[in-house]
Amino acid sequence: MKYEASTLAIMIFLFIVALVLFISFYYSRKGKNSDDYYKAGGNIHWGVNGVAFAGDYLSAASFLGICGMISIAGYDGFLYSIGYLAGWIVALFVVAEPMKKLGKYTFTDALDSKFNSKGIQFFAALSTLIVSMFYLIPQMVGAGSLVEPLLGIPYWGGVLIVGTIVIIIVATAGMASTTYVQFLKGGLLIVFSVIITIMILNNGISTDPDNNFQNYHDFVELPITEINGDVITLEDSSYTIGTSFKTETYWFVKIMIDSKETIWEVDQENNVLKETLFITNKANGDTYYNGAPREDAQFYLVGHMSEVNGSETGDTGSVGVFEFIEQIKEGTVVLWSTKVVHDGDDIITIYYQHEVPGSEVLAPGLKFKVDTDKGATIFDQLDFISLMLALFLGTAGLPHILIRYYTVASPAAARKSTIVAIFAIGFFYLLTMFMGLGAMVNGAIDLSNSNMSAPLLARGFGIWIFAMISAIAFATVLGTVSGLIVASSGAVAHDVMDRFMGIKMTDKQKVMAGKISAIVVGVIAMALGILFKGMNVSYLVGWAFSVAASANLPAIIMVLFWKKTTAKGVVASISVGLISSMTIILLSQSVYTGVYHLVDVTAPMPINNPAIISVPLSFLAIIIVSLLTKKKPTELQT
Amino acid sequence: MSHGPITEWKEDGSSEYKTKLGVIMFLLYVIVYIGFILLNTLDPKLMGIDVLKVNLAIVYGIGLIVYALILAIIYNFLCTKKENEMAVINKAKEEIK
Repeated sequence: MKYEASTLAIMIFLFIVALVLFISFYYSRKGKNSDDYYKAGGNIHWGVNGVAFAGDYLSAASFLGICGMISIAGYDGFLYSIGYLAGWIVALFVVAEPMKKLGKYTFTDALDSKFNSKGIQFFAALSTLIVSMFYLIPQMVGAGSLVEPLLGIPYWGGVLIVGTIVIIIVATAGMASTTYVQFLKGGLLIVFSVIITIMILNNGISTDPDNNFQNYHDFVELPITEINGDVITLEDSSYTIGTSFKTETYWFVKIMIDSKETIWEVDQENNVLKETLFITNKANGDTYYNGAPREDAQFYLVGHMSEVNGSETGDTGSVGVFEFIEQIKEGTVVLWSTKVVHDGDDIITIYYQHEVPGSEVLAPGLKFKVDTDKGATIFDQLDFISLMLALFLGTAGLPHILIRYYTVASPAAARKSTIVAIFAIGFFYLLTMFMGLGAMVNGAIDLSNSNMSAPLLARGFGIWIFAMISAIAFATVLGTVSGLIVASSGAVAHDVMDRFMGIKMTDKQKVMAGKISAIVVGVIAMALGILFKGMNVSYLVGWAFSVAASANLPAIIMVLFWKKTTAKGVVASISVGLISSMTIILLSQSVYTGVYHLVDVTAPMPINNPAIISVPLSFLAIIIVSLLTKKKPTELQT
Repeated sequence: MSHGPITEWKEDGSSEYKTKLGVIMFLLYVIVYIGFILLNTLDPKLMGIDVLKVNLAIVYGIGLIVYALILAIIYNFLCTKKENEMAVINKAKEEIK
């Protein structure tokens, strides 16, 4: 799919960048000391902080990733929305007020508040950096990939722009400018998601999703006269059938039409050839989309229903909130499956249609295999439970979220801002279902990049809203990345340099150390963003949640609720959580296939998501080691 | 080395109540969340049955989000009420002194 950069998108993008820079320089004149730098003076209003929480949390993974996943996997994508929101329950009921009471600048402070332990200072800072880096890389890669099609800037340019702007945001006024950038982004994201949802409902559902300025490609079928073994005869004899890709489960054929290569699926049941979409990776490194270079825009957008309102030419007109879901449930949705075939030295990825009853799209099972009747094993089920556990426990262990508790004045304000966050984030996640399903039935899916579903849906509704959503998607990256860089710079300058290494610094020097750390982390993030170009790195956010749930949360909970917790216990919990979760991840099938590219190799770990094993291990570590290292209350712990 | 919080606020005596309430609210949510995960895992077909013109999966999923919002409001209401009560008591104590 090729995207035209629009002038309006560039103008809105520049406006938002100018606004962000204005905020940064405005607050840089106000803040001078380390309180201002690390926690915006600790006097942010809880309402502002709550929306900033949403701006911090709703990363590109939430906005682009979840909408994209719902658009291709239906209800299973929505499970992420449910799990991501559930995590805030832990944050509100268990963590919010105590974190505010115990800490100063970073979550390490809170863990260490009763101990003053070098071990905790080091390991909690290390965990902060690891979790933040896992989170940062996909944001930077997302920024590069977003800016390329939307603004016509090359990938590396996108990464450099994001990196530079974020360094300016953080290095000028630290948490103050970061807070207001996140507030701005969180607010814009929610308002425009509401606008898109209203447009989706107003537009209704039709079997022919013709949008304002993007004609939906009419996928055709060619009638077959006869199939004799491997030989197919078509009604239209002017077509010559070429290479066949045939196994017991699938059959595709190549046909030259007007000297253009096409691939069709042989539907033997209905005696027709069905049009497919395909990407050819040539041995020389060139990539062709539907047999043509990307610039020719031959790789069509997909996403439609084949039956609406009981008719193959149905149109609902505008619908209500529940009617929209009901219409999908009662109709038939055309989804796309993938098959990779070898054609000589070329590798061809074929996307072919299959009709699925709407009721199945809106129930679990399209992405996560949990149904034993459909061949799911006990490990598939445990893997799913493990993912939902990581989403639930991960949020309250994310360092860039936890530092936001120090920007407000009191524990009560911390609680209230969490409640505002839950409302903003919960409301947004409800909208993701309409945006994702809207993309699914309105021809807004680019099969080569499902992350573009939400912006492409917006484009169908008009250029101005597309421009706005593109700029917001970019601001989304800015807001989250700046939060991550503040958290990382706090871990380096405050936890490690100031506390762990005990470097004597004046307050001014502490601020300078924070700013220099932010610049260094920002530059590393840019380098990693460029290095990881083209890699599907969305799984890294999942890793961040798993590691945060395993390494950080057990320690936080036990420090808050178990008086016998010792410093060595906390260190053991963080290190066991880090090591066990990372070991399981790195030895899992998804990493073997997706990262190491090992074909037909079975990974030693039967599950991909580690939380179900690593979280209990981390709890066990803190309990056993604390009991073994129990000291008299008067003794100092090291 | 001192590393306590810089922003000063007075401990008003409501912490213990709020912690207990938080744990109760947390458990109230966890039970429903575990039910959701187990239903999805052990009986995914049941999630497909019709409920309120849509299906159980959608109603339960949206329900979990709305349930979180409702619990959050109740929690804040009760915490604020307790804080206000404690403020009155603390003020009275100071006046007696």
